[in-house]
Order: sequence, then C-alpha cells, then structure tokens
Amino acid sequence: MLLGRVIGQVVPCVITPGLRGVPLLILQPLDKKLQPKGSALVAADATRMAGVGELVSYEGGREAALALDETFVPVDHAIIAIVDGVNITA
Amino acid sequence: MILGRVIGEIHGTIKHRFYEGKRLLVIEKDNGDYLIAADSVGAGADERVLVLDEGNGARQVFDSKDGPVRSVVVGVVDDVYTD
Repeated sequence: MLLGRVIGQVVPCVITPGLRGVPLLILQPLDKKLQPKGSALVAADATRMAGVGELVSYEGGREAALALDETFVPVDHAIIAIVDGVNITA
Repeated sequence: MILGRVIGEIHGTIKHRFYEGKRLLVIEKDNGDYLIAADSVGAGADERVLVLDEGNGARQVFDSKDGPVRSVVVGVVDDVYTD
C-alpha cells in the first residue's frame, strides 16, 4: 500500500457497468516524505468519504478490486484508508 | 519476500474494515523506496523486518479470503548473513 493526495475527481458520463456508482478520485502518489512522486492516477474510493486535499493510502492490482463492496469491480487502484497521521520516527 | 526497516506508522479512523485493529507500518526498502505493510508480529520502530509482499500470502497470514492486503510484516530480523 502507498500514500497519495486526493487532487481531484472524475465524473464520467459513460462508464462500464462494473464501475457504475463507484466514486473515482484523482490521486497524486507521494513518497515517504509526502512529496509528490510520479504521475497522477485515478483510483476508486472504497471508503466513499475521501475529499480533495486529503491524504490517503491506496492499493493496486487485485487488492484494489477486493477493497470494493461487491468484489471484482474492474479497478486497478482503490483508496483503502483516509490517513489522519503519518509519524516517521526513524 | 523483502527485507526492510520500520521507519514509522500511519493512523486513520476511516478505513476498510479489514484494517480495523491492525497496525500499519511504514517500511523503508533497501532501495530507499517505501511501502505500507500490515503488522502481524508486533514489529517496533527502527527494527529490520521481513515483509511478505504478495496478496494471496498476505491474506493467508491473516486467515482472510478477501482482505485488500498485499504487504505484511511477517518477521523481525536479528541478523543477515551474506557471502
């Protein structure tokens, strides 16, 4: 699982049935110092509560599909948690 | 599996139910990258750890058939010997 910042939202007018009703947020992946790293991606919000600007953790691949209520929704990234705090000690 | 070091922890109240009650550790990999892994052995800060980084194995560790988990700390490492 990795850290990301929600920077936007995608509102589709046409979407494959498996993704209907799934909130789609634009994430900027972050490094361990919470600095932007790599290009933005679109993730399904399994918490259904993440908002723009929030720090989140997200999973990819099969784990992303498993994170959504009825499993095997066709997604490759999904938000798993809204992160309240990151304490880097070492 | 990969070796890494616990460099921190993340906290969040709103999260997938699988992660209720589980500690989420920030692991620094030897190449400097990081990943977030669920703890299964009580690893502490700055400890060198063994991380299982594959979903099926991770779910097996937590005895879960559909948990959205891929990375799990499965061991705390005392020593590493290499030739």
